[in-house]
Amino acid sequence: MSDLAGFELPISDSFGQTVLHVPRERLAEIVMELRDEFGFNMCIDVTAVDYLDYEAPRNLPEGVDPERFEIVVSLLSMLERTRLRLRVQVPEHDAAVPSLFDVHPGTEALEREVFDMFGIRFEEHPDLTRILMPEDWIGYPLRKDYAIGRIPVQFKGIENAR
Amino acid sequence: MPINFDQGLEGLDNNFLTGTLESIVKWARQKSMFPATFGLACCAIEMMATGGPHYDLARYGMEVFRASPRQADLMIVAGRVSQKMAPVLRQIYDQMMEPKWVISMGVCASSGGMFNNYAIVQGVDQVVPVDVYAPGCPPGPETLMHAILTLYGLIERGEITRRRAESGAGARVFVDQRDGQTLEISGRRP
Amino acid sequence: MNVDLDNDTSEGAQELQPRKGMKAEELLRELGCVLRMSEADAADLGARDPGDDETMIINMGPQHPSTHGVLRLMLELDGEIVLRTKPIIGYLHTGMEKTGEDLTFLQGPTNVTRMDYASPLFNELVFSMATEKLLGIEEEIPPRAQWIRMLMTEMNRIASHVLFLATNGMDIGAIGMMLYGWREREEVLRFFEKVTGLRMNHNYIRPGGVAADLPDGWRDDVLQVLDPLPERLDEFDLLMTGQPIWRERLQGVGLITAREAIALGATGPILRSTGVPWDLRREMPYLYYDQLEFDVVVGTYGDTFDRYAIRLNEIRESIRIVHQILDKVPSGDYRIQDKKVTPPPRARIDESMEALIHHFKIFTEGFKVPEGEVYVAIESPRGELGCYLASDGRAKPYRMHVRGPSFVNLQTLPHMMRGGFLADGVAVISSVDPIMGEVDR
Repeated sequence: MSDLAGFELPISDSFGQTVLHVPRERLAEIVMELRDEFGFNMCIDVTAVDYLDYEAPRNLPEGVDPERFEIVVSLLSMLERTRLRLRVQVPEHDAAVPSLFDVHPGTEALEREVFDMFGIRFEEHPDLTRILMPEDWIGYPLRKDYAIGRIPVQFKGIENAR
Repeated sequence: MPINFDQGLEGLDNNFLTGTLESIVKWARQKSMFPATFGLACCAIEMMATGGPHYDLARYGMEVFRASPRQADLMIVAGRVSQKMAPVLRQIYDQMMEPKWVISMGVCASSGGMFNNYAIVQGVDQVVPVDVYAPGCPPGPETLMHAILTLYGLIERGEITRRRAESGAGARVFVDQRDGQTLEISGRRP
Repeated sequence: MNVDLDNDTSEGAQELQPRKGMKAEELLRELGCVLRMSEADAADLGARDPGDDETMIINMGPQHPSTHGVLRLMLELDGEIVLRTKPIIGYLHTGMEKTGEDLTFLQGPTNVTRMDYASPLFNELVFSMATEKLLGIEEEIPPRAQWIRMLMTEMNRIASHVLFLATNGMDIGAIGMMLYGWREREEVLRFFEKVTGLRMNHNYIRPGGVAADLPDGWRDDVLQVLDPLPERLDEFDLLMTGQPIWRERLQGVGLITAREAIALGATGPILRSTGVPWDLRREMPYLYYDQLEFDVVVGTYGDTFDRYAIRLNEIRESIRIVHQILDKVPSGDYRIQDKKVTPPPRARIDESMEALIHHFKIFTEGFKVPEGEVYVAIESPRGELGCYLASDGRAKPYRMHVRGPSFVNLQTLPHMMRGGFLADGVAVISSVDPIMGEVDR
């Protein structure tokens, strides 16, 4: 995608898929420009990854500082039939990202899920509350330092035949 | 022959005069049980399939799934119960009238199933007393019907209703999985 | 604790201001159709006594005969007319994404398959495709495996759409449709039981191919399933499509425009009902869909009738596809012959020590997947189903995220229900066809 070079942002390729690395202050404006000028009219997915336990080297291009959290935004251009992925590094001590609600209203529920599961705040989101867990739940389940909550099970022998 | 109306049928002394009455009431309770709709996940689809034409539940008098728990006497917990849903489950159970029974359908309802994590209640018997546990993921219609017929057998014997009236405990009977029996029957349906 | 709705909540006054002069963003945020109130505040509202000209906030669900699964709706009503809605989900949250990080890639499909439980093979397919892309073996999957995958998923699409017809019919009131729908579904489930061993949640499509080959005589079994379907679909047309009551209840109800649908991220029959012919099988083909001939069914008005008609006709298109697949399935392997990925056949375990070790390693530790991240999407009966996998070289996914179409499609619900009656709300929910397993995951 040569025309994306106009953004002057690091671009990498992941198994044939183009990935744009965006600094978090510029996320909303870049997504808006991608929607208006480049035709990426649908935001497919907003999700996050917690790289606390990542055992391999981070493999980020030059100029991108790795942080603990990463927001991954998938965009789709229906006219060109192409996908684009944006990766935004989010530091742990200040886990906040501008919300994409004004650009793509369909990200409302997706961002609420990221907030619920990771604790990353989205600024200017209209209703940032928990969506999957009960509203008074403490903790962010998908973070790597949150245990899975497994209960040890003791399998007792069953006497009667099947 | 003192009749204690507060305890209902269980308050009657068992003698030859009340024996027929008891058996009539038990027969009526079995043959017209109304299940409450509590389908949560995949097991709900199999529960609906049991009510469908192939594995007809209507022949056991159970086709009518009452939406209002006040009118139901059997709760089939079909599916995984999450932390957010557990209070709702208890509320629905409390709204049902005595006598009531609970079938825990599927492994997720019986023990948490394959989801041993923070989000799923590990066994619905932590929330309501269960009478019959039906295994399977999901249990096919044949297993569910086996569980229902086991429950009928328990009601016939009477002890389950008596115990529930006294202490609110369930019968905790485990049945085995009986799926795949109709696979060999082929050919066109009429 | 009294909640002063005029001053305490972000909505300001409950009366709706005129919409002229407001930008689209302001409309969506403040007024619009989505009721943004926390559950705690809404629970306190019950203590208040509503006056005559105030709107009423009622709660529908999570246990209700008409909600598809455990969906809870908070509705703001003005008499019988629905103004704003807030869908509350999370009653089936299973922590599947967290569990996915704890299971190996071979066990992954057992977890993912229970997300969209009406069409489980699609979840398995998208997870397997994402894993194969990370492994780099997506070009080497044998053609027979890919054709078998297409056959099974298209049969599953038929089963899922028939389930929609059954539940939609019952919600509108044609209760007999429920029985007819389950009759058709049983035939397909019987075929699945013969091939995969299970009626639902099959764990059949695995990374590397499929779990087992099709049994002998499968062509006759498929034809036996498909042959009675066209005339039965015509019967459903007679029962529902042409009927005046059906049309009155569904036409003009639950309208959504193409711009709204695209802005909200809706895909699948909802987007196609607005006139946008977006189907991933045609636009961004995967497996061998580019070798098949089928039409993409598109609606005009974006109402619930269009969505019903689209799904009914998609069953016909799937039947057409399966007939073409029947002739095209080649012979060959049903899974890739890479010793590191697929377990060896059971007979070989007795003979070869190496086969035993491979079997042991694959089933206990799992095969290691090289590091990277990938997003793969397919067209499920509900829309675009995507899987985002990130791996760090170990045998378990580092992060597994499934983009469930119903989760995003549910955002269109407030926009569709606005201005309609409460009774139409049931029809609208049914036409969105959400499966709460993939909404809550």
